Amino acid sequence: MNTRENQAQTDVVLRAENLGRVVADKIIVTDVSFDVRTRELLGIVGPSGSGKSSLLRLLNRLDEPTSGTVYLDGRDYRQLPPRELRRRVGMVTQRPYLFPGDVASNLRFGPAQRGESVSDEDVARLLEQVGLPGFAAQEVSVLSGGEQQRVSLARTLANRPEVLLLDEPTSALDEESKLGIEGLIGALVREHGLTCVLVTHDRDQARRMCQRVVLLEAGRLVQSGTALEVLGA
Amino acid sequence: MLKSLFHSEIALGLAQAGIASLMALAVVLLARRRHIHLEADASIALLRGIVQIIAVGSILVLLLKAPRWSSVFLLAGMVLAAGSISAKRAKNIPGAARVSTLSIAAGAGVVTAIMTWAGVIDTAITSLIPVGSMIIANAMNTNGLALNRFRSEVLAHAGEIETALALGAAPRDTVERYAENSIHSSLIPAIDNLRSLGIVWIPGLMTGMLLSGARPLYAAIYQFVVIAMILASSGLTALLSTTMIQAQAFSPAEQLVLKGAE
Repeated sequence: MNTRENQAQTDVVLRAENLGRVVADKIIVTDVSFDVRTRELLGIVGPSGSGKSSLLRLLNRLDEPTSGTVYLDGRDYRQLPPRELRRRVGMVTQRPYLFPGDVASNLRFGPAQRGESVSDEDVARLLEQVGLPGFAAQEVSVLSGGEQQRVSLARTLANRPEVLLLDEPTSALDEESKLGIEGLIGALVREHGLTCVLVTHDRDQARRMCQRVVLLEAGRLVQSGTALEVLGA
Repeated sequence: MLKSLFHSEIALGLAQAGIASLMALAVVLLARRRHIHLEADASIALLRGIVQIIAVGSILVLLLKAPRWSSVFLLAGMVLAAGSISAKRAKNIPGAARVSTLSIAAGAGVVTAIMTWAGVIDTAITSLIPVGSMIIANAMNTNGLALNRFRSEVLAHAGEIETALALGAAPRDTVERYAENSIHSSLIPAIDNLRSLGIVWIPGLMTGMLLSGARPLYAAIYQFVVIAMILASSGLTALLSTTMIQAQAFSPAEQLVLKGAE
């Protein structure tokens, strides 16, 4: 193993190993293996129904794999308490599912589950980070789709995750909001050193945002590599 | 009209049951015009109902001569049947039959036992079985309503629940609101029964007591006693079943297992 490979091994924060899920004899995901390296934005790309979102749900154990497992920092995630795992591997879904109330209470939700409080300053900092300064007291019901998705992102970031899973976070947004969220995620990876796994059916988006890409078809990994190698120019 | 046609009491009763069933089926056909298909459910329920009540009536005739403690077995049999029927209102919830049976047994059992010990329910089989069965039947209905509502709420809010799980929430906390809604809605019939007692409806038991020579005022008060006992057992059943079912909605790895097709 050369130095570069060694470096890549040590940089791996999340490893899916022969991951699969079969429900009522239906293959949802089968034999998928890949690494997610620290501070990278890995894309999971494929057509509708290819198992992208199902694969993502296996990564934070929202669903149970029927074969294989996932290693977080080298440790089999089945050895971790599920709540700790989900704090460390945060998730942002296609629909933001904000809880009724104001923005600040949404941001405080995750830490409050562990008995931790989030100061007003930290709330303001998180909102600044997602481009919503001064939104702490806003009721979530009056926010636009793009703003809701930013709050959802900030809410997950409030848990200080090591890995962020993003499930088609822009698919329900208009073009302007979509580009705004893309820029925001890119900045989080570049400037704050976040590790992200992005599920998208939009190949152009994957080309714009991801360093590496895995391509799924019918629940199987058919190709992986750099975005250029997998998706072309 | 029927009385002039039938001279035997049994034949008259069956004819009355037939006409009442036809009335119920007419409503089912009316519902069908609005594409609400109750035909199979209603027909089977009507048929089962008449067969079961005749069977119980026959058993009661025998039990009148049996020792008092034998009523415990009959009530236990009713609880088992109630648990099984009620669980069918909670499709896809793992362990719903066990939860239903335990909740109804505890809810109806505790209230019936305390009330019998206190002398509110007479230990005579002719008293314990009818009153006990009313308590069990209402506990069964409440349990079915609570589980059905809980299931609907969880299915409708699966996204919110999984979002909370993904943020590190404890499974029970993510469905607490839906369990509370289920308890509230399942107790509406029992509370409305108390509210409307004597104004909108006079329970059959009161009629029976009057016919058997009880003093009207005592018969009236006893109706309140029975309906209050029903509220107590229904409430206890709903509290227990929603508490137990909250755990059943999740796997040991804290995944929501109660959801639609994948």
